Amino acid sequence: MTTHHHHEHDHQLSCKELLGSISDYVEGELSDDLCQEIRQHMAGCENCRVVFDTFNKTIYLYHTSAGDTKAPVDVQNRLFEKLQLNDYIKRK
Amino acid sequence: MNETTQHEFSIEALRAGDRAEFARLVEAYSSPIYRLGLKMLGDQQNAEDVLQNTFLKALQHIGNFEARSSLSTWLYRIAANEALMLLRKKRPEVPIDEPASEDDEISLPTQFTDWADMPENELLSVEGRRHLNDAIHALPEKLRVVFLLRDIEGLSIRETADALNLTETAVKTRLLRARLNLREQLGHYYAERITSE
Ligand SMILES: [Zn+2]
Repeated sequence: MTTHHHHEHDHQLSCKELLGSISDYVEGELSDDLCQEIRQHMAGCENCRVVFDTFNKTIYLYHTSAGDTKAPVDVQNRLFEKLQLNDYIKRK
Repeated sequence: MNETTQHEFSIEALRAGDRAEFARLVEAYSSPIYRLGLKMLGDQQNAEDVLQNTFLKALQHIGNFEARSSLSTWLYRIAANEALMLLRKKRPEVPIDEPASEDDEISLPTQFTDWADMPENELLSVEGRRHLNDAIHALPEKLRVVFLLRDIEGLSIRETADALNLTETAVKTRLLRARLNLREQLGHYYAERITSE
């Protein structure tokens, strides 16, 4: 990643600085000014643009596939037995 | 991702030992807790141990629950402790203290293939999903547990900090490192899928 795209700005946000803020940016925790700087940087830096898009996609993929994993019915049954809650289990 | 947020439980009933209410709690959280155990430990038997131990401890201590944190955060805290304890039992040779500088360093990306626009059915194919799991297991456990609570289970930064007894700053740093690490791993995997087509 290179930093030479931003000679026109007073403060040049470096690729490394962007990387350090990328999580906070995704969480919506940055000021409008900093968000603007990040968008400007990405408009001129293909590597950071790719890192940002794939960073977001990574979070999204995990988020989306989280529901794949559920406790199997036999595991749930053994849990209720262990807790002596058999009388309350809802048979599905 | 967080299918349990809409559940409401009567803390009073739980504290008073109401069995039916506790059963509702178990039903609502057995899958999230099992999932946390499975993704922390990597096998079903250990995941079941985490699940059983978590609710046995919850049952034992629910009478003293003081609602300083939410019920779900409290359960996740017990579960995360159980999982980390089991991990240490499995691999006693792992040093407890890791280098102090470790938290501050983020490794720079090396993967710049743009795979974000690949079709979702390719990204989340059976093999793709297996790779997502493998990547999680390759994370250092300190990063893994933070990522699981925040990005898989959907706890807030504050709740994750609360569940793991960490500062919010530490959670954010670990989360950034976990996400960058996973992005890098997925990048290597998906880049091959793109170029081999
Ligand atoms: Zn850049």
